[in-house]
Amino acid sequence: MPAVSKGDGMRGLAVFISDIRNCKSKEAEIKRINKELANIRSKFKGDKALDGYSKKKYVCKLLFIFLLGHDIDFGHMEAVNLLSSNRYTEKQIGYLFISVLVNSNSELIRLINNGIKNDLASRNPTFMNLALHCIANVGSREMAEAFTADIPKILVAGDTMDSVKQSAALCLLRLNRTSPDLVPMGEWTSRVVHLLNDQHLGVVTAATSLITTLAQKNPEEFKTSVSLAVSRLSRIVTSASTDLQDYTYYFVPAPWLSVKLLRLLQCYPPPEDGAVRGRLTECLETILNKAQEPPKSKKVQHSNAKNAVLFEAISLIIHHDSEPNLLVRACNQLGQFLQHRETNLRYLALESMCTLASSEFSHEAVKTHIETVINALKTERDVSVRQRAVDLLYAMCDRSNAQQIVAEMLNYLETADYSIREEIVLKVAILAEKYAVDYTWYVDTILNLIRIAGDYVSEEVWYRVIQIVINRDDVQGYSAKTVFEALQAPACHENLLKVGGYILGEFGNLIAGDPRSSPLIQFNLLHSKFHLCSVPTRALLLSTYIKFVNLFPEIKATIQDVLRSDSQLRNADVELQQRAVEYLRLSSIASTDILATVLEEMPPFPERESSILTKLKKKKGPGKVPDVEETKKERNSDMNGSTEPASVNSSAVTMSTPSTSTDLLGLGSAPVLNSVAPPSAGGSLLVDVFSDNSPAVASLAPSAEENFSSPRIGSTDVVSDDPAAAVHDADELVDKFVCKNNGVLFENQLMQIGLKSEFRQNLGRMYIFYGNKTSTQFQSFLTAVICQDALKTQLNIQTKQVDPAVDGGAQVQQILNIECVSDFVEAPILNIQFRYGGALQNMSVKLPVTLNKFFQPTEMTSQDFFQRWKQLAAPQQEVQKIFKAKHPMDTEVTKAKIIGFGVALLDMVDPNPSNFTGAGVIHTKNIQVGCLLRLEPNTQAQMYRLTLRTSRETVSQRLCELLSEQF
Amino acid sequence: MMHFMLLFSRQGKLRLQKWFIAIGEREKKKIIREMTQSVLARQPKTCNFMDWKDLKIVYKRYASLYICCGMEDQDNELLTIEIMHRYVELLDKYFGNVCELDIIFNFEKAYFILDEFLMGGEVQETSKLSVSKCIEESDLMQETMEEYLSKPTF
Repeated sequence: MPAVSKGDGMRGLAVFISDIRNCKSKEAEIKRINKELANIRSKFKGDKALDGYSKKKYVCKLLFIFLLGHDIDFGHMEAVNLLSSNRYTEKQIGYLFISVLVNSNSELIRLINNGIKNDLASRNPTFMNLALHCIANVGSREMAEAFTADIPKILVAGDTMDSVKQSAALCLLRLNRTSPDLVPMGEWTSRVVHLLNDQHLGVVTAATSLITTLAQKNPEEFKTSVSLAVSRLSRIVTSASTDLQDYTYYFVPAPWLSVKLLRLLQCYPPPEDGAVRGRLTECLETILNKAQEPPKSKKVQHSNAKNAVLFEAISLIIHHDSEPNLLVRACNQLGQFLQHRETNLRYLALESMCTLASSEFSHEAVKTHIETVINALKTERDVSVRQRAVDLLYAMCDRSNAQQIVAEMLNYLETADYSIREEIVLKVAILAEKYAVDYTWYVDTILNLIRIAGDYVSEEVWYRVIQIVINRDDVQGYSAKTVFEALQAPACHENLLKVGGYILGEFGNLIAGDPRSSPLIQFNLLHSKFHLCSVPTRALLLSTYIKFVNLFPEIKATIQDVLRSDSQLRNADVELQQRAVEYLRLSSIASTDILATVLEEMPPFPERESSILTKLKKKKGPGKVPDVEETKKERNSDMNGSTEPASVNSSAVTMSTPSTSTDLLGLGSAPVLNSVAPPSAGGSLLVDVFSDNSPAVASLAPSAEENFSSPRIGSTDVVSDDPAAAVHDADELVDKFVCKNNGVLFENQLMQIGLKSEFRQNLGRMYIFYGNKTSTQFQSFLTAVICQDALKTQLNIQTKQVDPAVDGGAQVQQILNIECVSDFVEAPILNIQFRYGGALQNMSVKLPVTLNKFFQPTEMTSQDFFQRWKQLAAPQQEVQKIFKAKHPMDTEVTKAKIIGFGVALLDMVDPNPSNFTGAGVIHTKNIQVGCLLRLEPNTQAQMYRLTLRTSRETVSQRLCELLSEQF
Repeated sequence: MMHFMLLFSRQGKLRLQKWFIAIGEREKKKIIREMTQSVLARQPKTCNFMDWKDLKIVYKRYASLYICCGMEDQDNELLTIEIMHRYVELLDKYFGNVCELDIIFNFEKAYFILDEFLMGGEVQETSKLSVSKCIEESDLMQETMEEYLSKPTF
């Protein structure tokens, strides 16, 4: 056994660790661990009470096993027991185990909280610290609830030890982050601010972290911290390196505190008070000056600490963005770092300069470094650094250097790491559009992008080039010519084919005069690549072909031949087949005039923010992309700027999809007609032409068989941008599912919610499928099942949260485990929240968990049935309802519904054969309720009489309500 | 704020994990796997930073051991390197020229020392003297070598 154990080493633990280390294989390790687990379990279960030391040792062994990556499902109780030990080491191990292993929703929390409470009240600083650490480590809501009132008191009490104050400050910070609503603001806040003046630098350091977090949320309340922070900072930066004793780190005075103070100041604008402002400027200048001084030590720790403060000071200067002098000095300093031999400094300088580039004072100064940055792109060995260089080039780009920067990025793209290609593509596309002086350059650039990195060119990029070409007639001929040439390449990317197909379909006529690109040649060129493409591209090409029919009547016959071929007309893909059939018919039936109207050139797209920009922002997260739009507003002659609103006829607006990134070209799932037919003219004729082919269009609507009982609900009223939830109160949703377990619960433009459920006795399991119908990711996707009021005690629903991001087109599944405790009336509510394109979506739907789901059917004879029927004759046991039929009175459908309701359908029981009888038992955890029902239809009056008898009044009533809605 | 700190060996064996955010075990394992893989795959002479999702990963190698921290975007990278260094210094001071074995056999100590230094993902106490004093004080409350050797081994 190695003699490395120190302090209170536990011999048994060391032996065990040695054993594990000596294991030759994974199997041997698992065997050894299982042996140990069995040993510990027997010790914990044994009759002999364990002494504190053994308990500590075993708990520590369990912890070790857990940290090796194995599951631990016992020992928690023993760990909690250790908390109440008076021996420090035992307590400490207990707390460590809890910090590492106890998750926030453990049932043990109450016991743990008890231990913590005792230690907090002990006035023993060591114990108090342990307790505070535990709260900060676990940070659960229950703990926040239990202790948020006490901790501020400990923090500001006059007699609290410094080390406890530090722990209390950071503990409060942690609770504020996890449960901000629970941390009370109050008179303690002003006293916390004054901790910035504390003698003890450790206390100031901890307090500054706390104040920074609080100030981000309530800047007003902590405003006074600005002047205190400035004076504290000033004292630190002007102190000699030895003044602060142990808070000096490699000759740098209190770097951690300095950085934290500088961060705190970044929560506020420049100080209004002239004196404070002057003092701060002095501090920042001192920090910049120190950067030029020779280092006091050769150690990397010295330069790291010093530069850490410098970079934070520069962040503050950029944040204030008000002192041109400081900004330019900062820029020069960063310029020096750009060529530093330390890779870290080059990385950070590029990163920091990125934000500097967006300041009008320093934008020009940043631009002078362009050659260095381009060089970094070419020569840096580290992909992280190259990535920062790309970011900086993007940020420093303006009209004067756009051509150079775009060219360099394209160059780099050829060899760029796969991980950053997509981002570079987006950036190039944005810059090319933004700073295009003439659009031929723009078109060339995008086609180059597709050529070099076609796989990384997202839909947004090629949609955008088409939007722009359609909206600008000066570039259409050039584009047609260029794509035609690009398509000559023997192997070209599918994205190029999409762009090419679309553009030639619209503007192929502009180059058809040239015999080298005659209509037939254009068509043959596109069609030669047709069979190598994916379905969506082929669908797009079919649209191009029908457009050709209009543009070039001379090749109509050729195109019709192609459409007529079996590979089109009988294509296995519904979409392709439908297009082929429809286009073929359109081309043969419609007159030239109608063709010309239907297949007219696309109207200009409505102007909107480039969806590429949205995508880039999303990719990088907020704050990471210097917003070119925002910072350079003065140059607004961009092609998509507001200066030239396109003339768009209103019907065209409805054609193009409402959101920026959805299916622009009407491929995917949108009806075929959208991409081709202008909605204005020839409408009635079109309906005729296509009338025998309508099912594909209809298939977009939620499938009809899902709503056999109730009209489909409108969807728009459920989604709202208003964060206040609009509960969809209509019970139709619930009614729809009374007699069945699967189907579509809800659907709107954004999402579809499907259900599958199974029930057995008093338990149920429901699978909820959330489908993202858009091509954009849903973010912060959050669902909650809410049982209101009495329902809380009647139903027990457990579920796991789903992944907060739902990709476009993806479906995620959530499983609910449901337990029926007692009979209930209301339905639980499913609340869904997510971000879509920046807007918060919030919707609530009732979940169809109804009492009848907990039925178990009971078969019985006629005799039994009527015997029991008579037993349940008390007036409150019977509920009867007479109602009008809402649906055709079909015996088979009625039978299916009764069976679907959950009871056994009893044949030959009722003397009247047209009546229906059923029996079943409702299972809840608390009771079981037998239930008999009888349904008497009167076809002449179109009425039903429904009678329910159960031993419980509430059950009879609820079941009657539920079932009577079904007929 | 720091989200997590991981210590792992060149072979990718995890030696210490400290989480300052509440996440599930599954997610933790995933992060640990991704971190060890991507940090170990880094070429020499590259910078100590990596972008990963919304976080900035700062890592440093000490002999056979890597320390890797997940930081928020606005956190100071260079100072994070020094947080790791200060932690190693604290371990050094306690164990006397710390090596990987010390951390394996005294993992609980490694956690205690880290707890004295960091809390809630923020630096609590930067003074080496104060932290060491705390740790030593707690050791004083413990038993002698003699007591240690007389303990049962199983």
